[in-house]
Amino acid sequence: MGMTISEKILGAHSGIEANAGDIVVADIDYAMGQDGTTPLSIRAFQKMKGGSLKNSDRLSIVIDHSSPSPNEGVSALHKMMREFAEEKGCNIYDIGEGVCHQLIPERGHVVPGDLVVGADSHTCTYGALNAFSTGIGSTDLAAVWLTGKLWFRVPSTINIVYRGRLPKGVFSKDIMLHTVGKMTADGASYEAVEFRGSTISRMSVDARMTMSNMAVEMGAKAGIFECDQKVMDYVSAKTNRQPKPTGSDDDAVFSRELEIRVSDLIPMVARPHSVDNVAPVEALLETPIQQAFIGTCTNGRLEDLRIAARILKGRRIKHGVRLIVAPASKNIFLDAMRVGIIHTIVKAGGVFVTPGCGCCVGTHNGIPSDGENVISTANRNFKGRMGNSNAFIYLASPATVAASALKGCIADPREVVW
Amino acid sequence: MNLKGKAHKFGDSINTDYIISGKYKFKTLDMDELATHVMEDLDPDFCSKVTAGDFIVAGKNFGLGSSREQAPLAIKHAKISAVIARSFARIFFRNAINTGLPILICRDADRIDEGDELEVDLSSGLIINRTKEEELKAEKLPPIMIRILEEGGLAEHLIRHGGFEV
Repeated sequence: MGMTISEKILGAHSGIEANAGDIVVADIDYAMGQDGTTPLSIRAFQKMKGGSLKNSDRLSIVIDHSSPSPNEGVSALHKMMREFAEEKGCNIYDIGEGVCHQLIPERGHVVPGDLVVGADSHTCTYGALNAFSTGIGSTDLAAVWLTGKLWFRVPSTINIVYRGRLPKGVFSKDIMLHTVGKMTADGASYEAVEFRGSTISRMSVDARMTMSNMAVEMGAKAGIFECDQKVMDYVSAKTNRQPKPTGSDDDAVFSRELEIRVSDLIPMVARPHSVDNVAPVEALLETPIQQAFIGTCTNGRLEDLRIAARILKGRRIKHGVRLIVAPASKNIFLDAMRVGIIHTIVKAGGVFVTPGCGCCVGTHNGIPSDGENVISTANRNFKGRMGNSNAFIYLASPATVAASALKGCIADPREVVW
Repeated sequence: MNLKGKAHKFGDSINTDYIISGKYKFKTLDMDELATHVMEDLDPDFCSKVTAGDFIVAGKNFGLGSSREQAPLAIKHAKISAVIARSFARIFFRNAINTGLPILICRDADRIDEGDELEVDLSSGLIINRTKEEELKAEKLPPIMIRILEEGGLAEHLIRHGGFEV
């Protein structure tokens, strides 16, 4: 019987033939934790009486969620992480390096065919590199530090095929919001999703990461793309590790198959307070906004900042709107600086904050006030997500967010000349 | 193991930000402190209404969102004995088991109302609603999860066996 990408990767890492539904104990290629989850992992590791870290060269911890620290409570937890990294010889990415889900692929820690876990729900992002990667909790991460392994139930897989060319002003974020709206927030629970089709082949690796990042927003365990030349080029520029491209067999068994045509797609927006509450931008025009945010592990990459800069160039954001921008990593920040993107956005009225999770998670760097509307390139718009449960969060592409910042209300990027 | 308490009812899609808001969970490991803020955005008085041993009862996709274990831990420290829901999001499901918070998947969770007195037998998955004199059945968990839960959590499992024992 043919196998899916998930079955092949989990099988290869557990030494048995793994079929959907099986429980396997698998070897982990790379594991990551961030400052919201790692302190609890350290505590769990101590409880497990852990000494040295198993495979310490294949672990990273990242300070990105509250970076730099906004208060003494967080400072104590950051200190705990730094001391742990020093004592155990574990790689640490400290403040300003960037968001974990940009750093792990960008610094060459993932190659096709890998099995990666991270104590953050958006760890599914690395599926864009043809890896099986999934989010876990702190105690699971401590178990990986202790044993180098973790148990999994092999997921069944939904196959989603995208066909057609994206119209101007419509991006991978719009495709994914459309997909999450169609699938709903638990439509892929406990399952893996494979994304493929001619639309995907034309898409950059960065744009694919926007989609794999949001696989968890439909409940999925992983969102995986096939390996192609673009993935191979991305990876070979960053690491000498040998990629193991993994594809589904022609007769692989999928739990469901969907085909989505994108040629007529228009910009999409997720309305408060859930990601699957999706509407076409046309239905929300004139909704006033007080804050616009461009950044995050979903849409804080160079290509995203470039699109925003093209829309903002030579213009000025509407009086009364705050535009906050957080590049997803220091390297992206530097690249954007080099090509003039930062200059363009700041001149248009944008404010830059430290590469990191910024205001997406409500820790600092732009907490909205009561009754305010925010349009953001992030992946979640739950009530209270940005630190105030009386604010309203709309999710959209960087183009839609930039166009909205100019107009002071939710706007259609196709109407802005760029 | 038998648990007894009253039901605190919530709807569908209770995400981890509702369970414990990001503005608290990033800055402390003091779970008793976090426990005072559980479900605060949905019900500011929730914590004061709970008697030790009570249950959270919810609809589908309980615990969607972030991977933070602060969510099940804060519920546990709020003295909730178990969460009963129509379905759970994947990472919360794992985290609850790993930290020793019992969870029950019950398709008929909607039949339970706020304040109903419940008795739960974790090993059989039987839920008895004493207020309505009705019996409901929860789904059986995968054997590895039952084992981890019975041993008190993943840390205890690994200490006892020196690795994963599936």
